[in-house]
Amino acid sequence: MEVRDLHVSFTGRLGLGAGLVGKKAAVARAVDGVSLSLQKGEVLALAGESGCGKTTAARAIMGLERPHRGEILYEDEPIWKDLRAYRRKVQMVFQDPTGALNPRETVYESVAEGLRIHRVPGDERTQVAKALSSAGMRPPERFFLNYPHELSGGQRQRVVIAGALVLEPHMIVADEPVSNLDASVRGEILALLMDLRRRLGLTILIVTHDLGLAWMVADRVAVMYLGRVVEIGPAEDVLVHPKHPYTKALLDVVPEVGGGGRPILKGEPPDPTRIPAGCRFHPRCPVVASGRAERLGILGRCTGEDLGLEQKAPGHQVACYLTELGEEP
Amino acid sequence: MSLLSVDELQVTYQTQGGPVPAVRGVAFELARGEVLGLAGESGCGKSTIAGAILRLLPKGTDVSGRVLLDDQNVLELKPGKLRAVRWTEASIVFQGAMHALNPVQRIGDQIAEPIILHGQAGEREALVRAGSLLEQVGLPARRLRDYPHELSGGQRQRVMIAMALACSPRLIIADEPTTALDVMVQAQVLRLLKELQRELGLAMIFITHDLSVLVETCDRLAVMYAGRIIEEGAADTVFRQPAHPYTRALSAAFPEIGDARFRMHPAGLPGDPPYPADLPSGCTFHPRCPDAFGPCSTVDPPLFDVSPGRRAACLLLDAGRASLRAAARTDDHADDDLPAEGQG
Amino acid sequence: MKPTIERPAPAPEPEPLGDQVKLPKSVKAIARTRRKEAALRTWRQYRKSKMGMAGLGILIFFVLVAIFAPVLASRCELSPTCASGPILSPPSWQYPLGTDDLGRSVLALVIWGSRISIAVGLAATLITVVIGTSFGLAAGYYGGWRESALMRVTDWFLVIPFLPLAIVLSVILTPSLTTVILVIGITSWASTARVVRAQVLSLKTRTYVERSRALGASHWHLMSRHILPNVGPLIFANTVLIVAVAILSETTLSFLNLGPDPATNISWGTILEFAFGGGAAFSNDWWWIVPPGLAVVLVVLAFTMIGYALDEILNPKLRAR
Repeated sequence: MEVRDLHVSFTGRLGLGAGLVGKKAAVARAVDGVSLSLQKGEVLALAGESGCGKTTAARAIMGLERPHRGEILYEDEPIWKDLRAYRRKVQMVFQDPTGALNPRETVYESVAEGLRIHRVPGDERTQVAKALSSAGMRPPERFFLNYPHELSGGQRQRVVIAGALVLEPHMIVADEPVSNLDASVRGEILALLMDLRRRLGLTILIVTHDLGLAWMVADRVAVMYLGRVVEIGPAEDVLVHPKHPYTKALLDVVPEVGGGGRPILKGEPPDPTRIPAGCRFHPRCPVVASGRAERLGILGRCTGEDLGLEQKAPGHQVACYLTELGEEP
Repeated sequence: MSLLSVDELQVTYQTQGGPVPAVRGVAFELARGEVLGLAGESGCGKSTIAGAILRLLPKGTDVSGRVLLDDQNVLELKPGKLRAVRWTEASIVFQGAMHALNPVQRIGDQIAEPIILHGQAGEREALVRAGSLLEQVGLPARRLRDYPHELSGGQRQRVMIAMALACSPRLIIADEPTTALDVMVQAQVLRLLKELQRELGLAMIFITHDLSVLVETCDRLAVMYAGRIIEEGAADTVFRQPAHPYTRALSAAFPEIGDARFRMHPAGLPGDPPYPADLPSGCTFHPRCPDAFGPCSTVDPPLFDVSPGRRAACLLLDAGRASLRAAARTDDHADDDLPAEGQG
Repeated sequence: MKPTIERPAPAPEPEPLGDQVKLPKSVKAIARTRRKEAALRTWRQYRKSKMGMAGLGILIFFVLVAIFAPVLASRCELSPTCASGPILSPPSWQYPLGTDDLGRSVLALVIWGSRISIAVGLAATLITVVIGTSFGLAAGYYGGWRESALMRVTDWFLVIPFLPLAIVLSVILTPSLTTVILVIGITSWASTARVVRAQVLSLKTRTYVERSRALGASHWHLMSRHILPNVGPLIFANTVLIVAVAILSETTLSFLNLGPDPATNISWGTILEFAFGGGAAFSNDWWWIVPPGLAVVLVVLAFTMIGYALDEILNPKLRAR
């Protein structure tokens, strides 16, 4: 899977009056130039706060949003060429397991839906049973006629996962798959995803705001800020030796024993309709705020020149002027 | 002398489907200026306790036991006295500030409301106080005139905190105050709470499912499951060296980044947190417990002492049963094909 | 050695509903069988609802009365020339519901009146629902310029006042039953469309709709399998109101000479109109007003009860555990 220079924007609605006066609607550049690549069988975590564009990027990858620039290639083919066939290979798991299931459909029907849409030949009942079983709902027949409201959160998410597995995809895009679930149930669902990766060779893209989750399951981590990837690399590198000030700030605030003494970024996550000039993180960057950027002589570039990912080490890329100087945040 | 003393608290909701025991005998003490964390997942009863302390539960709910706030039993107060106690002695920061704030009222008025209701000040003075409260929580006073929708999530939560402080209570109960917030904003709010707590010498009960947050902010930690406290002790010890299997599983869900033990090893509990209306027999945790053995399905363990200041409700910790447990263990493994520890 | 987590069997689950049925191999056959199964299940559950059965009973009663009207009361009874009863006499053995000011049996009038009233009620409602739902569904689902266009058309029809339109149409069109049905349909569908569109807009954003899209569903699949069934209950609730309005609107239209000649085509509405015109409200001739009024009320009630029962069934969450 390869994503090149993806741009997805949303245009706000304009009232009639404002339109007549010539005002332009606010354009939210949710995804503003994202490039990624995924190898078969790897788990990539797309991490960041809300509003950073990770969910939009994931939805674009799933073909649910149309990007206005950029390409998404799966096995070297643009996905938009044959979206239907693409869907058989890449499936999605959603954040809200309750909302993701039609309350009027039984578990059987929800899982079988994919089969029916694509008119997959074979015994539907066996396929549904197999998918539910792979998702940990055993014995599967017991759940066929249940309705979503009769199941717990963890079970509902398993049904959603089964619904994705039934098409035997090669890749799964999981958008915050466990954040709505109880803490003790999360581990099971994550273990299930890991298990599926191992047994079925699935490639997984996990969108999450939880770096701890990324630590638990991801091979590589891509950190997003305001529509761009600011750091990407192996989890051990990015999460333990972060090279971008934003990544470091995120890691610093993860609550832990004896923690809380470290600097916290001020302000709220910024607005995708008003992206700062230069490096988009510079207004909140501790390196800029502390004067260190000035001392190092990069302040002008931080505030004036936009930048992309620079190579730090093989496989580890960072979008920060510090890396050019070989400095750490 | 402790500020808050809860003893044998039991809360049973009356629902269409019959009585539902949400809290089944909870007891704890809170000293002045102490921060207690109450951890647990959905259905464990922690939010119910918050409501019970200030008697904010729906009519018809059965509440029994004692809640001594400064030696007054809140559960037995007459309505007049109860109203006087609410907010001036103890207040609550609710979860989901988006819905707890009145969308058609300016936030200044909402903060000032309890001040006026308790007769502590007139309208104008109350607004002035509200302004200074806003400053205390890190918002400029001029935002008094804003409506809730003009604020971001983090800012609304700060407003909730300001409201809770309005009548200078001595105890604040924070019910999932940072759950819906981004990590950065969450960190800001937590730091704010800590600072306020230190400055004002507040006692706090911090309720959340996020153990890692509690570990950072609380002195003591109590873990709840199915309406009972199943472990309590100093926050970092409970987190780092959990005595109860449930606590162990719960803390495994909040890994320390950088610790290789957690890499590629997500671990959870099978099954789901039990519905309060449908609790398993014996130890309510036994169906999901990796260490369950014989008596666990019939005996509901009380809190045993693990060490001074540390207690946990698990049969495995009961010294008298230690030999029984060892015997049961070997029986359990007799049928397994697993190699014994140390081999393979 | 890394510790492994034992996975004991999942905790006991609630009993699944229904039984396992032997399923044939092909997908289509399975789909058909499942639909039959689902329909049977729905019927069995519907039977359990007292309210639903009562409503259904009332409705069937009136429909049968309408169908068998010629058998139950001779047609002649409606014509003033045949009327042989005493004028405005209260109920008696010969005339169980009394007579009107022409000496006709009120019972006969009500029996025959059921035909037009129910026919108009059902037909007009059908048109309203079909047009309204199509517009609302398409507008809500597609959005964009299509939505704007459809909604402007809808707004136009919404704003048209009923009476002036009826009068205009009475001049243009030939008076008949079809005209009445058409007029009612045309003026009523707009509000249904608005209601449906609002619901569709809200449903469109549900995660399960998005999941279906992610699975590769076509527009048709989404509309028919996910959106329409969840709009269904709303439509049905709306339908109930429309039936009542339709039955009563028919009265008005008949008097604007839009419908078949009121003198010879009796409906409950016309009976009521004659009764009021004949001063029955002020004199004590209750038997003239109450039966037709009661009939209208009962039919509307029947629809309400059926709607209630169906909603309980169709919305799984409302079912008692």
